[in-house]
Amino acid sequence: MIEVIHIKKSFGPKVVLDDVSNVMECGKMNLVIGASGSGKTVFLKCMVGLMDVEQGEILYEGKNFTAMNEKERKELRMQIGMLFQGSALFDSLNVERNVMFPLDMFTNHTSAEKLKRVNEVLDRVNLTDSNKKYPSEISGGMEKRVALARAIVLNPKFLFCDEPNSGLDPKTSLVIDKLIKEITTDFNITTIINTHDMNTVMEYGDNIMFLHQGKKNWQGNKNDIFYSNDENLNDFIFASDFLKDTKKMKIMMDKKQSN
Amino acid sequence: MFKVLEHFGKYLYMLKGMFTKPENLKVYWKEFVNQCYDIGIGSLGIVVIISLFLGAVTTVQTAYQLVSPLVQKYVIAQIIRDSTFLELSPTVVCIVLAGVVGSKIASELGNMRVSEQIDALEIMGINTKTYLILPKIVAAFIMIPCLITISMFLGVWGGYMAGTLSGIITPQQFTQGLTKDFLIFNLIFGLIKSFTFAFIISSVSAYFGYNVKGGALEIGKASTLSVVVSCILILCADYGLAALLL
Repeated sequence: MIEVIHIKKSFGPKVVLDDVSNVMECGKMNLVIGASGSGKTVFLKCMVGLMDVEQGEILYEGKNFTAMNEKERKELRMQIGMLFQGSALFDSLNVERNVMFPLDMFTNHTSAEKLKRVNEVLDRVNLTDSNKKYPSEISGGMEKRVALARAIVLNPKFLFCDEPNSGLDPKTSLVIDKLIKEITTDFNITTIINTHDMNTVMEYGDNIMFLHQGKKNWQGNKNDIFYSNDENLNDFIFASDFLKDTKKMKIMMDKKQSN
Repeated sequence: MFKVLEHFGKYLYMLKGMFTKPENLKVYWKEFVNQCYDIGIGSLGIVVIISLFLGAVTTVQTAYQLVSPLVQKYVIAQIIRDSTFLELSPTVVCIVLAGVVGSKIASELGNMRVSEQIDALEIMGINTKTYLILPKIVAAFIMIPCLITISMFLGVWGGYMAGTLSGIITPQQFTQGLTKDFLIFNLIFGLIKSFTFAFIISSVSAYFGYNVKGGALEIGKASTLSVVVSCILILCADYGLAALLL
């Protein structure tokens, strides 16, 4: 579990995160949603320590990350996996070496053991015949799966995903979402996802936080969204006429069923 | 002026940040060997070509200027030897290496920064300054003086070939000139320069590449800036070392 308590972050005079608090639970898909520029990525970067917060605390299973020294942070980071928006695969390494990199760096396993583990995680993300290919030779969806395999190869307790569906077609997006969901529940890890993909929100939103202009505007789950009266949230989620009609229909159908 | 000081402070902070305990020596060693190969073997071709021609051109131009019958022919070889050891090989070749090696380091690190590869390493708990910058600086510190030593030899050889083949100087006169009044300090001074310039080239370009913000355009700018700043610092250090040690 991760607790974020009253964090604040600004760049010069511009406040990007203003008094944001949230609890991210273990084994659940914790989503952070919001329009572009709402502070989602900064929120995620603050949580993993790529940016420092100005005030507030971030607790990883009760341990205060913001008060940790470099050595303690390093230890904690070995329990963190992150899937970047652009995958962030190492260009000079092939798929197998990319996934093996954390094992090379942090374990004393033999080459055979490492290769076995790499093949296990690549199999887990349904990528079995691309070991020797380089990032430039595989598709965007495959890149995401390799990045996901690399993120989970050390069995992390916490998984961060920054817009895992960006640049992917709807079908591949669903595959990635399903994979992340399965990994979250199978390994009982705390997963935090930044997204503005509505399929992800409606399908997997166990715990959703809506950021608007750097502030937490709303929190709930995928079922609560339809009944929210928050104007900003409704403008963001049900932006098109089609989605507005869908919301009305869903509410009408639910009412009918309850009657 | 304030901006220059700010950059200098950040540069020193980057250098300080490199000295932490490596997470895994084997992986660091592998990275160091890769960098040695990239910097050393990768630049060998251009160093060979430049050195041969520098020596050859110096021979022809020195012979053209030394027309007095009072000056003996072997002086040409002495001039080639000393100018190659003292200035041409260490300084001119290092300025070329600032372009070849420096821009490569800056653009490689810049691309890694922009594509979030450095962030990915940070998240894994790896000190990116130690892992990405230190092997480059150490590799340059070892390989560039090796390249300069090769360049010194090839420069003199290029001069010998140009001089003897064109009939400017006989092989005996050239050999006499090479050995006459030879000071080992000149060779050492050239190597001191090459160590200094190697550090400037690798650390300055790593600084600009590591701190890129933005996209492809900024990577290009950082790469250019790293070459310009390295060249200026090489020339300043060149003068400083000459004033101090000669």
